[in-house]
Amino acid sequence: MKTNEDRAEAWRVELRNAIKAKDRTNIERVHMPELDAEYRSHNRVEEVNLGITAEQAMEEAKRCLDCANPSCMLGCPVGIDIPSFIKNIERGDFQEAAKVLKETSALPAVCGRVCPQEKQCEGVCIHLKMKKDAVAIGHLERFAADYERISGNISVPAVAPANNIKIAGVGSGPAGLAFAGDMAKLGYEVVIFEALHEIGGVLKYGIPEFRLPNDIVDVEIQNLQAMGVHFVTNCVVGKTISISDLEQDGFKGIFVASGAGLPRFMNIKGENLVGVMSSNEYLTRVNLMDAANPNSDTPVFQGKKVAVIGGGNTAMDSVRTARRLGAERAILVYRRSEEEMPARLEEVKHAKEEGIEFLTLHNPIEYIGNEQGRVTHMVLQVMELGEPDASGRRSPVEIPGKLETIEVDEVIVSVGVSPNPLIPQSVKGLEVTKWGTVVVDNDTMQSAVPIIFAGGDIVRGGATVILAMGDGRRAAKAMDEWIKKSR
Amino acid sequence: MNKIVSKEYFSANVIKFEVEAPLIAKSRKAGHFVMVKIGAKGERIPLTIADADLQKGTITLVVQKMGVSSSKLCALEEGDFITDMVGPLGKATHIENFGTVICACGGVGTAPMMPIVAALKAAGNRVITVLAARNKDLIILEDQIRQYSDEVIVMTDDGSYGTKGLVTNGIEAVINREKVDLCVTIGPAIMMKFVSILTKKYELPTLASLNTIMVDGTGMCGACRVSVGGKTKFVCVDGPEFDAHQVDFDEMLMRLGGYRDIEREENEHYQATLKN
Repeated sequence: MKTNEDRAEAWRVELRNAIKAKDRTNIERVHMPELDAEYRSHNRVEEVNLGITAEQAMEEAKRCLDCANPSCMLGCPVGIDIPSFIKNIERGDFQEAAKVLKETSALPAVCGRVCPQEKQCEGVCIHLKMKKDAVAIGHLERFAADYERISGNISVPAVAPANNIKIAGVGSGPAGLAFAGDMAKLGYEVVIFEALHEIGGVLKYGIPEFRLPNDIVDVEIQNLQAMGVHFVTNCVVGKTISISDLEQDGFKGIFVASGAGLPRFMNIKGENLVGVMSSNEYLTRVNLMDAANPNSDTPVFQGKKVAVIGGGNTAMDSVRTARRLGAERAILVYRRSEEEMPARLEEVKHAKEEGIEFLTLHNPIEYIGNEQGRVTHMVLQVMELGEPDASGRRSPVEIPGKLETIEVDEVIVSVGVSPNPLIPQSVKGLEVTKWGTVVVDNDTMQSAVPIIFAGGDIVRGGATVILAMGDGRRAAKAMDEWIKKSR
Repeated sequence: MNKIVSKEYFSANVIKFEVEAPLIAKSRKAGHFVMVKIGAKGERIPLTIADADLQKGTITLVVQKMGVSSSKLCALEEGDFITDMVGPLGKATHIENFGTVICACGGVGTAPMMPIVAALKAAGNRVITVLAARNKDLIILEDQIRQYSDEVIVMTDDGSYGTKGLVTNGIEAVINREKVDLCVTIGPAIMMKFVSILTKKYELPTLASLNTIMVDGTGMCGACRVSVGGKTKFVCVDGPEFDAHQVDFDEMLMRLGGYRDIEREENEHYQATLKN
């Protein structure tokens, strides 16, 4: 990991010594300005978080102590030089701050919005040890990336001279994009194959506009294109072309990041009724296909009483989308208590402000429909918390005989996804777990088939944008070394 | 972007397109489908591949004008481009020498049946194809089907061509006449339901190729799910062909109608924009 290279530079030493550490820690953490909750609960596309101002950013940057051994960097899956970008903000050089971010992250404007910073960089910030709020690293990252984008003066990371070695990526989600960025910097000819008609994977079909606008994803993609990365849409590797086709075409390494495609259902009665669907289907219709826009040909139900099953970020995105599409009751149904919810705290807070009802310790056991097969009611089993299970969380236990029936006209099932089976099915010799994830070396991301590296949800089975990006970076580094060694 | 190299009207509402797609033409097999999207705000719809020409690098699609998306596709002319097309998707038809096979198809279901008939014939089967439609005008691809079939039985609802009656009458006549080893059926869901009821009565193994609502077509959304033998399956990755006797056709019909009201509205809106 490249750390703190410019920490010894004169400007930074001077900056560090300008304010006492105690005074820095005494500054209050910046508050992210938000769109009014009532307004945004009826507004489909406007972003909830409005971003901090330059003054706010420079003030927040002062809070960072510029530690000699910054623990925040260890908490970052892509190893961003956090103190360097923050100190550049403090001295007012926002363009340079953005440049530092782009040295290690292909998607700073994305990470600044959707990373669970509280569990990563901010979760290990030195301030926490002093019982103070962590430096708002995520807000600052977003600020620097947005500043550069809005300025129009977007720097393209330096690219090594072309080595004329072709390498391929399968899937253009966060893992694939991070991989592409690093390989392009190393001088490789990078081609990314995408099954859908849009580049960006889950950033486009999954995460809603109000949390991550597609335009922002597109700018990051354009940046990769400017670095020489080629994208081929509408191409399913394993179907349209095979891995062996790619080898024959001269690709020397293949990074599979095809994501966690298959939605899970609960296999309960009535789950195939009309109006019951996966969060993948619901979010794909709304986000990728823009179905709620009257000019879009794709239809979407806009239920008035919508229940979303699950407690993760995807469930939160679904229920908040349903509210925005006009649900009078948008209910999150989760079988454990709020404490065990895997969703980010910020999402839970935003959801509550927007009028989302939280029905915790409830679990659906049956859906009931009308004569047309349209869902009208759901039967819920009431739960209580028992002993901790394998995940360390207290497990939900049924309270015998305690059932509730509530009226619903749309149900979105968001209880997890399974890896996309297309690649594992189509490549001989690939080692696959019983969950369908591809087995790779933890450090190199190389699979049992040496030319194939893999990362993101196809390996992890459902994780975060930033962990997928970390995989992409590790795979890029290891593939580069492997290709050089085998030449 | 995929260029349309030829357009042919089978009838006013049933159109055959040859579309440039060299990679798909090379990798497709009988039973595969593609997802097609027309325009930036278009819907992704599944269409089963009817044929491919390796030399020309084209695939053949037969489309019936139904709602907004199929109408937009049918409005395209030779030289126009299909905005997005991806495939081949789904599992290919399992082909072997079964013995005697009835291929029962209705309406535009004849088009996706074409490559299956050809592949079954090539594998050494005796192929009897039952072509069914409401009337003579809606019988398509008869000559091509005849080329690969040992026998063709044409059925029309109104008796305007072939024998008057339903596809099931044609199948039953064959079953009563000789030993049949397999039935493959493609057509409207309601037709496949009745074919399945009939062949179940005679314990004749039957495959049905299902055409459900899909969004991505690659296993991601689950819009296409059907109950097969009491288990939920995804038509896009587990199918599109299933043991017809295990398929819950009533549930499938119910799910197909799920968006009918919204679709009707969108179609009225689209037709209105055409008039203006």
